[in-house]
Amino acid sequence: MLTHIADEIGTQSLETVQDATGVFALTWLLVVLPLVGAGVLLLGGRRTDRWGAWFAVAMVWCAFAIGAVQFFAMLGRPAESRAYGQDLYTWAAAGIFDVNVGFLVDQLSMVFILLITFVGGLIHIYSLGYMSHDPDRRRFFAYLNLFVASMLLLVTASNYVMVYVGWEGVGLASYLLIGFWNQRADYATAGNKAFIMNRVGDLGMSIAIMVLFATFGTTAFSGVFAAAPDASSGTLLALGLLLLLAAVGKSAQVPLQAWLLDAMAGPTPVSALIHAATMVTAGVYLIVRSGPIFNLSEGARLAVAIVGVLTLLLGAFIGTAKDDIKKALAGSTMSQIGYMVLAAGLGPAGYAFAIFHLLMHGFFKANLFLGAGSVMHAMDDELDMRRYGGLRAVMPITFVTFMAGYLAIIGIPPFDGFFSKDKIIEAALADNIWLGLLAAVGAGITGYYMTRVVLMTWLGERRWAESAHPHESPKVMTIPLIVLGLLSAFAGLFLAIGNRFVDWLAPVVGEPVEHSFAVPTWVISAGILALVGVGVGWAYLQYATRPVPVTAPVGSPVAVAARRDFYEDALNEGLFMRPGRWLTRFLVFFDNKVVDGIVNGLAATIGGSSGRLRHWQTGFVRSYAASMFAGAVLVVGALVLVRL
Amino acid sequence: MTPTYYLYLAGIIFTIGASGVLLRRNSIVVFMCVELMLNASNLAFVTFARINGNLEGQVVAFFVMVVAAAEVVVGLAIIVTIFRSRRSASVDDPNLLKL
Repeated sequence: MLTHIADEIGTQSLETVQDATGVFALTWLLVVLPLVGAGVLLLGGRRTDRWGAWFAVAMVWCAFAIGAVQFFAMLGRPAESRAYGQDLYTWAAAGIFDVNVGFLVDQLSMVFILLITFVGGLIHIYSLGYMSHDPDRRRFFAYLNLFVASMLLLVTASNYVMVYVGWEGVGLASYLLIGFWNQRADYATAGNKAFIMNRVGDLGMSIAIMVLFATFGTTAFSGVFAAAPDASSGTLLALGLLLLLAAVGKSAQVPLQAWLLDAMAGPTPVSALIHAATMVTAGVYLIVRSGPIFNLSEGARLAVAIVGVLTLLLGAFIGTAKDDIKKALAGSTMSQIGYMVLAAGLGPAGYAFAIFHLLMHGFFKANLFLGAGSVMHAMDDELDMRRYGGLRAVMPITFVTFMAGYLAIIGIPPFDGFFSKDKIIEAALADNIWLGLLAAVGAGITGYYMTRVVLMTWLGERRWAESAHPHESPKVMTIPLIVLGLLSAFAGLFLAIGNRFVDWLAPVVGEPVEHSFAVPTWVISAGILALVGVGVGWAYLQYATRPVPVTAPVGSPVAVAARRDFYEDALNEGLFMRPGRWLTRFLVFFDNKVVDGIVNGLAATIGGSSGRLRHWQTGFVRSYAASMFAGAVLVVGALVLVRL
Repeated sequence: MTPTYYLYLAGIIFTIGASGVLLRRNSIVVFMCVELMLNASNLAFVTFARINGNLEGQVVAFFVMVVAAAEVVVGLAIIVTIFRSRRSASVDDPNLLKL
C-alpha cells in the first residue's frame, strides 16, 4: 500500500515520495502526543492540576523533538527525494469512496511542523507564567494541546478529508480559547462569532471536497494533483474559488475578516499562537498546498491575489486606528496574512515567498503578541495604549524583544520582514504593477501603525492608571520573548542567504520565476524602504512630537471607519443577519400556521368525527343485538337479491 | 301434508325468538329465546333435508344441537355470575362497555 501511494504522489509532483521509514514512520506521534496531553488534562480533572501544565508543555516539546529529528533526517537526503508518505489504515471505505488515514511529510509540511511545535512550545512555556494565577489553567493547557494536535494533523495530512478534520479541530480549539474566559458574556460572544464566521468558510472547504470527489474520485493530494490537468477549466475555477472561500474564513481575509479582531478576547498567548502565528495562516497553507489546482486556473489565482491586496490594505488601516494594543496587532496580522495570500495568488512565482513570510511572521508576530501580553501582565490587563507610555525603562527585556519584532515587521534590513515582504512586493510588481504598488503602499502603512504602537507603548510620557505598578515579567515569560526576538532578528537573514529557504521548498512548490525589471532590484527595495520611512516619520510627527491625549480624538473619516472595522459588523448585520432573521421568522410562522395547521386540523377532524360516532355505543346489550339482527337481515336480503 | 308448513312454523318460532331477544330484559328469557331461534333453524334444516331427500340438513341440525348445549353451559354460567355480583338478571344493567 505504501509503494502504491508513493507511486501516485510521484507522478504528480516534481519529487518522489518515499515510504515512511525510521523516524518518518512516527509522524502519527506528532499528532497523538499533544492529543494525549489534551485528553489527560481534560479527563484527569483536578488530579492533574498540579502537574498538568508541565505535562502539556512536555508533550509539545516531545513533538518538536520528533519534528527536529525528522528535519535533520530530511536534510541528509537529496533535495528531490525528501517527501515521505505513510498510510496508517483505511478510515472509511464505501464502494469507490475510500479515505485513508495517511500522512505526507514533505518540505512544506516540515516548515509547518517546526513552526507549530517550536513557537507553540515557546508559547506553552510563556503561558506557564502568563496563566499562573488563573484557576482554570489546566483547561487552558488542555485546549492549547488540542490546538497543536489539530494543527499538526492539518499540515501533515495526505488527503483533503484529513485536512478537513484538522481544519475543524483548530476551529474548535480557537473557539474554546477565544471564549476561554466565558464568564464574560462579550468574550463568549466573540468565540461564537469566530466559530460562526469560520463555518461560512468551512462550507467552501466541504463543498470543495465534494467537488474533488465527484470530479477525481479521490481526495488524496496525490490522486487529485495527478488528475487535475485533465479537469475542465470551470471545475478548476470552482475548486479554486471554494478553496479560497475556506482560506478566507480561516485566515480572516476580506470579506470574512470581522472575527479576528473580536478573537482578541482570548488570553494573549492564544492570540499569539492561534490568531497570529499558526492557525490563521492555515488558509495560506491550503492555497499553497493546492498549488497544482491554482496553477491551472488563472481566474482563481487572480481572485486570491485581489483578496490578498484588499485585506492587506484594510487590515493595515484598521491597525492605524485601534487604541487597543491587541486589536492594533490583530489588524496587522490580517494585513500580513494579506501579503501571504497575495503571494500565494501569484502562483509558483510567489508560493515560496508566501511560506517564507508566513514563517517569519510566525516568529515576529508571536514575539509582538507575547510582548503585548507581557505589558498587559505588568499593567493589570490594561489594553488601551493611551494608558501606556514610557514603559521602556521599567520593562527593558520586553522592550528590546518588542523592538526586534517591530523592526522585523516593518521590514528594516537585516530583520526578518525585509527578506520576506520585499520579495512578495517584487513578485507582485513583476506580475501586475497595481498589485505591487498597493502592496508597497501597505508596507508604508505598516511602518506607520507599528511605529504608532511602539511610540504609544514604550516611549513618551507615562499615562498610566494610578493603580498601575508595571514591572518586568518573570523569566518564564521573558525567555520565550528573547528566543523569539533573536529569531525575528536573525532567522530571515539566515534563511535568505544563498536562497536557502526558497531552494528548500522548490521541490514542492516549484522554482520561483526569475523576473527582470527596468530598474535593478535594489532600487525597488530602496523605494519600499523609503515608503516605510515615510510611514514611520508620519507616525513620529503625530505621536512623538506632541503629547498623546488619553481619550482618542475624533480623527479623519478613515480613522473613524477603521476604528469600527470599516463597518464590517454593520454590513454583516444588514446583509445577512437581518434577512436571516426575517427568513427564520417567516419559517416559524409557516411552520406554526401551515404545517402545524394541516397536522392539527387532520387530527381534530378525526377526533371530532369519532366523538360523534361514539354515541352509537349505548352500552345496551339489546341495541347491540338489534343492530346485529338488522345486519343479519341486510346480509340475508343481499344474498337473496343477488341470487335473484 | 306438505313440508312447507314446517317451514312456516319454523319462521314463526324464529320470529318469536328474535323479538324476545330484542324486547325482553330478563336475561334468562332472552336466553330461552335464543334457544327458540336455534330450534327454529334446526326445524328448517330438517325440513329442507326432507324436501331435498338427503341427510345433510339433519347432520347440520345435530351440529347445532351440540353447539347449543355448549352455549347453554357457558351462557348460564355468565348469567349466574353476573347475577351474583350485581343482584340483577336484567340485560340492560351491565353497561360497563359504555364510555
